[in-house]
Amino acid sequence: MNAALTIAKREIRTYFNSPIAYIVLTVFLLLAGYLFFGSLFIERQAELRSYFNLMPLLLAFIVPAIAMRLIAEEKGSGSLEMLITMPVPDWQVIVGKFLAGMALLAVLVGLTLVYGITVMLVGPLDRGPAIGGYLGVLLMGGAYMSIGVMASTFTRNQIVAFIIAFAISFSLYLFYRLLPFTPELIRPVLSYLSVESHFEAISRGVIDTRDIVYYLSMMVVSLVIATLSLESRKWK
Amino acid sequence: MPELMIQVENLTKFYGATRAVDDVTFNVRKGEVLGFLGPNGAGKSTTMKVLTCYLAPTAGRAQVAGFDVFDNSLEVRKHLGYLPEDTPLYKDMTVLEYLQFAAAMRGMASDRSAKRIKEIGGRCGLHEVAGKLVGELSRGYRQRAGLAQAMLDDPDILILDEPTSGLDPNQIVEIRQLIKEVGKEKTVILSTHILPEVQATCSRILIISSGKLVADGSPDELRAREKASRYRLLVEANGATAEAVKARLGSIKGVSRCETVLGEVGAHAFSLYAAGDEDLRKVLFRAAVDNKWTLLELHREAASLETVFRNLTTREEVKS
Repeated sequence: MNAALTIAKREIRTYFNSPIAYIVLTVFLLLAGYLFFGSLFIERQAELRSYFNLMPLLLAFIVPAIAMRLIAEEKGSGSLEMLITMPVPDWQVIVGKFLAGMALLAVLVGLTLVYGITVMLVGPLDRGPAIGGYLGVLLMGGAYMSIGVMASTFTRNQIVAFIIAFAISFSLYLFYRLLPFTPELIRPVLSYLSVESHFEAISRGVIDTRDIVYYLSMMVVSLVIATLSLESRKWK
Repeated sequence: MPELMIQVENLTKFYGATRAVDDVTFNVRKGEVLGFLGPNGAGKSTTMKVLTCYLAPTAGRAQVAGFDVFDNSLEVRKHLGYLPEDTPLYKDMTVLEYLQFAAAMRGMASDRSAKRIKEIGGRCGLHEVAGKLVGELSRGYRQRAGLAQAMLDDPDILILDEPTSGLDPNQIVEIRQLIKEVGKEKTVILSTHILPEVQATCSRILIISSGKLVADGSPDELRAREKASRYRLLVEANGATAEAVKARLGSIKGVSRCETVLGEVGAHAFSLYAAGDEDLRKVLFRAAVDNKWTLLELHREAASLETVFRNLTTREEVKS
């Protein structure tokens, strides 16, 4: 696991030494701030609901943008060869990259804790949904991030990686919206696969193991596929 | 202790339908500096990528330090230092940070890694650029940083893919010196298409062409294998045309090939290749006297590694 942490540390430095982190941060905070303060001032509601409600969609854009470079960039520049010929198992490379992406996401989400504090200052904050919401954002972000890392192993082109990750993440988001139009038979399947249905429960403050299991299994499956994809260079 | 550090048996690697490496078998003993020679695209890099566990062989086996590259790749990589072609280092790190990163990735204890970085950094002449970003380094320094990274954990085996490409002559001499020094205790495989390089650094040469191994031996052995020596002649032929002289020379017993080369005004120059290893100088002199030519120059060249290389690698191309 040490190697994974070494990789994560290196990647985090790279994020903050380059414009990527700051661009993503700015875009995210602008959009999130607009959503939050919109409801605070216009609807005069001291709550975080409108901020959390749009997170499934907003993160489906932002997270692939964070994750796209993680493997694809190294594939393009050739440094991946250097990295994976070091005595480190491939899965640690994947986990290290994933953790770096999550660290940046945690910084983004952490900065929006300000909204929670603001609400507390102007009115009573409903703690359950707030804590659940922040936890849900991280879990959902983790699912998106693992998809992003997976997409990033498929190609040496970061744009392609972004589009693949966005397409998958956005589909998972759309499933929930499509529910009314789908046949009765596959509705439970779509509902289960949808990121939003699980997020909705958590952000209401209901922490159900099934939702947590959903997000964790999304991460495990995507990261396993990512590891296999990295190893596919060795397929005969 | 004549321990086999690398054993490659019937290694074959396909990229899709292209056969990059074709049934290659060789061994490398401890303490050998092996030069991997071949034209571009001959399969040198691919073979190295298999040995460093980056790619898996399509067929055949490769063992490094007694471990199979496919089944036991982690152990293999612990014994290896690798410098890929074009030295793809992280450009956004300083040299020191990069070496620290490499040491941490290799699981080196921090006191040992600090000591090794200092030592190897000194040997590779990196002290003055330790704080510079890798992306800002000149090609030569970047190459040295890559070499330092490969040697960091004191590996038993070093695999260097074109370690001197893109360096200036002074840097080349330095790097060669370094490799030679390392080669005293370690096993080194380096690839190159620069012939003087292998002569200067390697104790053994493998020549690979179109994926096939075409020669294996010490530089002297390879030169001896190529029996055909070459003669250079400059003849004043009393008005006879170059063609006529060439035909006459070509018909001499023991001459396998005769080529007209650029001569001087009033004289014809030829390159002759002998079929066997007997000395043809006397016969050539007689031939000149019999035809009343004036022999201005007669020079016998022993086969150079260059001719060996050209003959082995171009013959292959003609066949395939």
